[in-house]
Amino acid sequence: MNKIIYADNNATTRVAPEVFEAMRPFLTEEYGNPSSMHTFGGKIIKDIERSREALAGLLGASDPQEIIFTSCGTESDNTAIMSALRVLPQKRHIITTKVEHPAVLTLCKYLESAGYRVTYLNVDNAGMLDLEELKSSIDQDTAIISIMYANNETGVVFPVEEIAELARTRGVIFHTDAVQAVGKIPFKLTELPVDLLSLSGHKLHAAKGVGALYVRKGTRFSPFMLGGHQEQNRRGGTENVASIVGLGVACELAKKFMEDEQVRIRKLRDKLEAAVLKNIPHARVNGHRQRRLPNTSNIGFEFIEGEAILLMLDEKGIAASSGSACTSGSLTPSHVLRTMGIPFSFVQGSIRFSLSRYNTEEEIDYIIKSLPPVIKRLREISPYK
Amino acid sequence: MWFYSDKVKKLFKNPQNVGEVKNPDAVGDVGNIICGDALRLTLKIDKKTEKIIEAKFQTFGCASAIASSSALTEMIKGMTIDEAANVTNKDIAEYLGGLPEEKMHCSVMGMEALEAAIANYRGAPLKQEMVGQERIVCKCFSVTDKKIIRAIKENNLKTVEEVTNYTKAGGGCGKCQPEIEKLLKEFWSKEATKGACAKEPPRKKLTNLQRISLIQETIGREIRPQLKTDGGDIELVDIDGTKVSVKFLGMCLGCPSTGVTLKSFIEAKLKEFVDEEITVEEVRE
Repeated sequence: MNKIIYADNNATTRVAPEVFEAMRPFLTEEYGNPSSMHTFGGKIIKDIERSREALAGLLGASDPQEIIFTSCGTESDNTAIMSALRVLPQKRHIITTKVEHPAVLTLCKYLESAGYRVTYLNVDNAGMLDLEELKSSIDQDTAIISIMYANNETGVVFPVEEIAELARTRGVIFHTDAVQAVGKIPFKLTELPVDLLSLSGHKLHAAKGVGALYVRKGTRFSPFMLGGHQEQNRRGGTENVASIVGLGVACELAKKFMEDEQVRIRKLRDKLEAAVLKNIPHARVNGHRQRRLPNTSNIGFEFIEGEAILLMLDEKGIAASSGSACTSGSLTPSHVLRTMGIPFSFVQGSIRFSLSRYNTEEEIDYIIKSLPPVIKRLREISPYK
Repeated sequence: MWFYSDKVKKLFKNPQNVGEVKNPDAVGDVGNIICGDALRLTLKIDKKTEKIIEAKFQTFGCASAIASSSALTEMIKGMTIDEAANVTNKDIAEYLGGLPEEKMHCSVMGMEALEAAIANYRGAPLKQEMVGQERIVCKCFSVTDKKIIRAIKENNLKTVEEVTNYTKAGGGCGKCQPEIEKLLKEFWSKEATKGACAKEPPRKKLTNLQRISLIQETIGREIRPQLKTDGGDIELVDIDGTKVSVKFLGMCLGCPSTGVTLKSFIEAKLKEFVDEEITVEEVRE
């Protein structure tokens, strides 16, 4: 098989052909700067606003002006947290979880070194939060609660609605990193009282280098990138026009394919998972089986190491990812799986498959067929049995 | 992404000598599942000639760990025990056409398994013999000072990052990084004096005022930023001649290793930058 079977869609996704076509003119003839006075540039504002409307549509936001375009999910996360700290300078406490993406965790670690107090909430064996722990962590000093919508490694979805309501009643700004959730599950922000929400274009078939931050009307905001008057003075820097336009189209497509995501992709994921668990002994699914994104499956294979599994799958044209130490870019394995208390023997051999609308049943069958001999071979080499 | 040599890829895909030798004359077990790699080496040795007739391995680990193990077994087959004892991690890496820097610890694991097997053959309980003289520096990966110094020496390592690449030490929580830095400094300053014999010229004597301001400056520049990376901090309480009193703050409070931090980090830094005579003590409320 020459074709690559791409099952790493939580890392990044294929740019939808429709998105690419929509972007093309802005990388060729329509190169004007939307801030320009002349028509050639200035007219492009309309395209950006159309994209903003599409995004608001996907999120179920009441007003497109609640959307600020950024360069990526990380910028959105940084903007949200730093904004809350700037508008509430007397408050020095942040609540987040131990399983956040580095975009939030690394910033929080930095803020700790700068004298802020950070509470990192635990998760249980299934990757779920204890809302009582959250409740008891909020105090007079808490400036912001930042909790992800869905976990990138396990796909576990947090009870964001309850958290948002809790934050609202306690008068604390609530931010959710929804980078993995937007485009995969339906949103209705008019009914979900989050104050700030981050998303990233390249996770939903738009290009890399574009993201957005939703800022609910009435939420006090302080910009992160200081510069020109773009985005109504909320984010300086010339707009990434082509990518912003592409993101708008990607949002329209995501809305259209939402049912596909919920039904067909979920079915494919469940088929893959069931077959793997049936065919391969000493394997387990990491994370809550129900409260999960429909596209993500994180499976631990005991006694073997993830990088070796990935490399063998790579040979067979299958692209996935792992939480093992060797693949994490450091020497320690996934902080998410370790926080969940998954035994080390499973963490090191954990593989994440994450699907998208471009995956077919044929591809899933190929993975199902290819995986058992890989696992068997590596277990033959391993001293653990 | 994978930046492996063709040889590593080839041996990963088709490893040689996988398994266990029946009734082995020597067994070398190193690593564990928490560290992320482990290797069990079994050898058949001709008692008369002391030649290694058969060598097999079982490895838990990434592609380079499996390839290193395979390489090791190929290399030592036919060698006498004495010859095999001279095989180093460098030899293994060379056989593989090189390893990425951050994977060098895989070749070190091969060398260690071989050493353990040879010790096992000779009836020397390797681990127990060493325990008395060694100290665990990196608690995350159980790496001793002896192993670190050896890696520094044999591979000409100059930075903490390099030490981590070769031994894993410092690659977990990172708390031992100042200590690794100290080992590096000690080793290389010893090496420097070995050759040249040139003693450092005595430092200019400081006035009280100069000493106080230098202590403050050193704490601000060298000590506090490092402690802060672990969420800790200190406050300078008083300076009396060469006696410095500090108070621990933040995460340092209640940290069981403040004693070590006080002497091997704070005091060492002040001795280095201010005055050899300096002693530091902790003040508690």
